[in-house]
Amino acid sequence: MGKLLVNERDIVVPGEEVAEGMDYLPSLGTYRDKETLVSSQFGFVNISGRLVKVIPLSGRYNPRRDDIVIGRVADMTFSNWFVDVDYATEAVLSSKETGEYVQRGTDLSQIYGIGDYIIARVMGVSRQKAIDLSMRGPGLRKITTGRIIKVDSVKVPRIIGKEGSMISLIKEKTGCRIMVGQNGKVWIQGDDLKKERIAVEAINMINEKSFVNGLTEKIKEFLEKELKDVQ
Amino acid sequence: MYNKRLDGRKADELRTIKARVGIVKRADGSAMFQIGKTIALAAVYGPRQLHPKFLQNPKMGLLRCNYNMMSFSGSGERVRPGTSRRSKEISYVTEGALAPVLDLEEYPNTVVDVFIEILQSDSGTRCAGICAASMALADAGLKMKDLVSAVAVGRIDGKLVVDLTKEEEDYDGEVADIAIAITPRTGEITLLQMDGFANKEELAKSFENAKEACKKIWEVQKKALKEKYT
Repeated sequence: MGKLLVNERDIVVPGEEVAEGMDYLPSLGTYRDKETLVSSQFGFVNISGRLVKVIPLSGRYNPRRDDIVIGRVADMTFSNWFVDVDYATEAVLSSKETGEYVQRGTDLSQIYGIGDYIIARVMGVSRQKAIDLSMRGPGLRKITTGRIIKVDSVKVPRIIGKEGSMISLIKEKTGCRIMVGQNGKVWIQGDDLKKERIAVEAINMINEKSFVNGLTEKIKEFLEKELKDVQ
Repeated sequence: MYNKRLDGRKADELRTIKARVGIVKRADGSAMFQIGKTIALAAVYGPRQLHPKFLQNPKMGLLRCNYNMMSFSGSGERVRPGTSRRSKEISYVTEGALAPVLDLEEYPNTVVDVFIEILQSDSGTRCAGICAASMALADAGLKMKDLVSAVAVGRIDGKLVVDLTKEEEDYDGEVADIAIAITPRTGEITLLQMDGFANKEELAKSFENAKEACKKIWEVQKKALKEKYT
């Protein structure tokens, strides 16, 4: 019989044994060494059925397929853009993936120039971690207004919240348009600059206190208190 | 015979250890490890882009360590700043001590940079550096099989001891100083260096001592990492 050695949401370090026996299966952040499951990452334990996962609490962005990311165009060739998505290597956006017709020989800088920010989807990640981007899909576009802030990519799920509860709370209260990229870049645009600033502060607060319990309530209080002064 | 240690410790007793994680704000992972008067600081950056490009390996990432003693870290004399023969060697063996636990195949074409700074030295700096670096690597969210714990063991004038100080290293008599790094869960040795002489039995006993000591250090490392989020 298998036996769990840790509880759900326990914090574990690399090399810590999390389960015994063949009943539990290693998932992300764990590996099997003979009969034991061992953590391979510094993070908290997540158990779903027989799968044991360790979800990291820190670290850089790890690109995965179908992630929506916010990137900055860093370089271009005749047929590609190279986009900085906060990973070690730059992602490639082909001119065929812009979602609109690009005539051969067009100067690509007329579509996206160096320094432009874009919202894109990760089409695929190769084994060598080469990233392909695509602009085809709803909401994928060049960013021309608003501001972009940086948060830790591991905290993005917390900023979005369960089924988007946290982010829709901030959107609703401040009336801002917000887009959270999986790579930790957040785009915020509001009609009222003061409200936009409050939204930025709220997101930075989540970034710093991501492991506090009942964070949604605290953010709600913070937003209500701050917004009272504005109105 | 060296029966009573100069600082009054038991033969298998470690100096007081303090460890903290997440102290360099701009780094991806960082840690401080203090054992007695020796203080090591480690900061990890990466995985990030690797240049020059010919060093890039499409199959696995590169681990690059840099060990450095601060100019004020010595006991008396100012340490000449910059790379030395000694710091180059220690950087190299530190890489060797940490690489076996890191899953570098997860990070092809990239580099993980580890910077170890010694703020204060009283022997065992390479071991303290390795302990700090392994915590910093974990803090950087990198995939690792295990942590690494390291300690210096040895023999002073016929007596087997753990965690030598500078005073003991310079003891007037025959001294063997063995630096050992161990992956605490599996007990594999990733670093083994020795100054002086020791016979087979003494060496075997020293390994046992080091294993015990590393278990204790491991507990401190685990606690320090977990404290970051409590």
